[in-house]
Amino acid sequence: MALEYYLVLSALLFTTGVIGVLIRRNAIIIFMCIELMLNAANLAFVAISRSLGEASGQVFVIFVMAVAAAEVAIGLAIIVSVFKHRQTINVDEVNSLKG
Amino acid sequence: MNPEQILFILFGAVSLIGAIAVISFRHPIYSALSLIVTFFAQAGLFILLGAHFVAAVQVIVYAGAIMVLFLFVIMLLNLGTLSAKGAISGKLKGFAVILGILLAIEGVYIAVKAPNDPADASAETAIESVSTTTYNIGELLFNEYLLPFEVTSLILLAALIGVIVLVKRESQEES
Repeated sequence: MALEYYLVLSALLFTTGVIGVLIRRNAIIIFMCIELMLNAANLAFVAISRSLGEASGQVFVIFVMAVAAAEVAIGLAIIVSVFKHRQTINVDEVNSLKG
Repeated sequence: MNPEQILFILFGAVSLIGAIAVISFRHPIYSALSLIVTFFAQAGLFILLGAHFVAAVQVIVYAGAIMVLFLFVIMLLNLGTLSAKGAISGKLKGFAVILGILLAIEGVYIAVKAPNDPADASAETAIESVSTTTYNIGELLFNEYLLPFEVTSLILLAALIGVIVLVKRESQEES
């Protein structure tokens, strides 16, 4: 399989995530779309690492996964505390920084 | 068509359909389950690329830990009842989809165009031959990328402390 196929698939997955962030108003689903975008980047990393014949890209994928795990933990904690205050996680209604 | 191409089309189609299902289901639980399907299909793609360790980490960390966290929060907040209405914003949806399709065209164009540079002429032959093992990844991770690895542990520590602070402030206000 040539590198192009994997890069095209990665671009399509990334675009799906971008569209999801733009059209969905549920904060948790926006988070899932961010995960989709990170995964698309991971796919491109692994494909290019394979194509160049070295493992550096896979090391970066592990870093990306660690950052994604930290981001999900913090983000979900914020979502839970926003929900406790406002009883909604619709990002159109949660539009002020004041608690 | 050789088996690798068939598997690539299979896993690629499943991951794309799963991704589209994530953004089109109205109920967050269905979206989360579709995302798990997407993650498993991507683990299959990683195995096709010879990245077995990354595929295992993908299943354990993403499909295991992160998605359990998502499902736990969705069920904890009981979001199914309130998010069914107005889950997708109506006003600018068409505009967003058009912009997304433009982005997809650009991305596909770059992906098809970039590897054809004369400097990377050997890329297609290399993709068949080299296999990276867990041994290679560990050697890189603990020699060349040791400092980033340690910084990663600091990021995780910061996230841990941040979550505890967020939750602790909540419980102090309640009491």
